[in-house]
Amino acid sequence: MIVASAPFGVLFGALAVQTGFTVGEAVLMSATVFAGASQMVGIELFGKSIPAWMIVLSVFAVNFRHVLYSAAFGRRTAHWSVPRKAFAFFFLADPQFAESERKVEAGETIGFVWYMGLALPMYGLWVLNTWLGALFGRLIPDTHALGLDYLLPIYFVGMLMGFRKRPLWLPVVIASGAAAMVAHSWVGSPWHVSIGATAGILLAAFMPVNAAARTDAASRKGITGDPT
Amino acid sequence: MSEIAWIVLAAALMTYLTRAGGHLVLSRFSRIHPRVEAGLNAVPAAVFTTLIAPAAMNASTAEALALVAAALIGLWGGMFPVFLGGGLVLIVGRYLLG
Repeated sequence: MIVASAPFGVLFGALAVQTGFTVGEAVLMSATVFAGASQMVGIELFGKSIPAWMIVLSVFAVNFRHVLYSAAFGRRTAHWSVPRKAFAFFFLADPQFAESERKVEAGETIGFVWYMGLALPMYGLWVLNTWLGALFGRLIPDTHALGLDYLLPIYFVGMLMGFRKRPLWLPVVIASGAAAMVAHSWVGSPWHVSIGATAGILLAAFMPVNAAARTDAASRKGITGDPT
Repeated sequence: MSEIAWIVLAAALMTYLTRAGGHLVLSRFSRIHPRVEAGLNAVPAAVFTTLIAPAAMNASTAEALALVAAALIGLWGGMFPVFLGGGLVLIVGRYLLG
């Protein structure tokens, strides 16, 4: 996972400098925002003379999914003190949330030391890679041939597949995917994230609860799913 | 401070608010309705799908092959094989298909 996020840190640093950030500003953004996808959206908008409030709003829209991570994560860490939670929320990025949810699915509780043991190296490397990327960005020969510009979607596919055993996974993926594509064409980026996710979440919430619970229980017992 | 630095700090504050806010709002309710719970369980799949959707829509042949390869490898292995396999298909695909 750390290996997976490393190219994005370097890429972000390199692209940020090319859109007019200083090295210090690129590092500042990674150190304070710490949310890769939204940082990429942010620097893309900086390069297009878009009003400041619109850039901040776009970062907020891309990161709005963290509201949902936060709500889910808060349930898992009810045993933590308030300052610990307040500190931990800063680091609640996509991979951090995914790993925490996976730990809960494995039947374990999330400890503060385990959480920070994952968060701090990820954070340190993210900032360090941004700095390296900003310093040496212009030396990366051909980001297209190396596939660096398309590693983010591949990374998200891997994340998505990791959750495929959850109830209603496929219907949620189809609903979110369709809504996101329509919203991307008609409303535009970055709103496809919020609109698409809302469609999938509403679908899951409004499916008959008992049916969902049965599917969940059945798959746990191995009745449905794998026919072998 | 430069204008960029101010915008970055504003974006950072908004990001922290999203990360702390979901919990602050939800912890006011003592019991979570099953439908809310079902919705929350769908969050990761829903969000990651929306992040992939535009890239899938506008994918070149090589990029589409890389996404399919990543999904298939994901049926079997973890993040690291997905990343290596998908990346490899992408690089080779772009080299061969342009």
